[in-house]
Amino acid sequence: MKARIIVTLKTGVLDPQGKAIEGAFKSFGLAGIDGVRQGKYFELDVAEADPAAARAKLTEACEKLLANTVIENYHIDLA
Amino acid sequence: MKSAVVVFPGINRDNDMAHALEVVSGSKAHMVWHADTELPDVDVVVVPGGFSYGDYLRCGAIAARAPIMAAVRRHAERGGFVLGVCNGFQILTEAGLLPGVLMRNASLKFVCKLVHLRVDNANTAFSSAYAAGEVFRTPVAHGEGNYFADDETVKRLEGEGRVVFRYVDTAGNRGTGGNPNGAVNDIAGILNEAGNVLGMMPHPENLVEPIQGGTDGRGIFASVLAAVA
Repeated sequence: MKARIIVTLKTGVLDPQGKAIEGAFKSFGLAGIDGVRQGKYFELDVAEADPAAARAKLTEACEKLLANTVIENYHIDLA
Repeated sequence: MKSAVVVFPGINRDNDMAHALEVVSGSKAHMVWHADTELPDVDVVVVPGGFSYGDYLRCGAIAARAPIMAAVRRHAERGGFVLGVCNGFQILTEAGLLPGVLMRNASLKFVCKLVHLRVDNANTAFSSAYAAGEVFRTPVAHGEGNYFADDETVKRLEGEGRVVFRYVDTAGNRGTGGNPNGAVNDIAGILNEAGNVLGMMPHPENLVEPIQGGTDGRGIFASVLAAVA
């Protein structure tokens, strides 16, 4: 089963990279884009046929490695 | 003092750390490979600085799950001393041995310079060789040293005297540009609840002999040496 995981910074956590990207938009004159928050995107294959079992495995993957839950949230999509 | 330095792929301050441990304690450190599952019988385990696993995913994230870290955790649970410097501090937070996280520097720039630290708790196994409030120099060299934790955790660290070292200016003042990375409350080094695990971003191992420009960093090693004596 294929899965996609998106890891994002929690609200309120400063994202200096997002700010720098915002600054780059301004520097080449692209106006009207703000609130940039940079995150991470993962594609995975899970050796599980049952969606609930796959989700449980991916949740463990997120909690133990893919996300640092002090500052990050994660979202799991099963294909 | 019997010590071990944990070596991960991509770590580059392991030999500096081993040298400092030997200079201050007089005994050679054991170098322990990340894939090992047991530590030698030591008083202190040091997780040194560098770029373990190329900082992939997050700084310290992969190293924190390496086989040797289970042994480091058992050593800490037994009350053994653990010191994490720079990438080592990042690894200890990722391993859950210390609270919080080290984020990208607020400036987005890698900082490599001498900073001044103030000893805000001299009553610990890692800082007893310094006087309370003493200001000393250490080099920093990092891109992700911006300490962050939720408000409640920071309050606990502050309330329990677990902020051991803080970035200050030469006169020991805060808020005057002494903080190189934007760390919350100018936090440079923290202690775990039991008082036997310390993480810090600056590199005391690079200031232990006059030939390095000073001996300001000796105090951290001398403190642990006194604690295990």
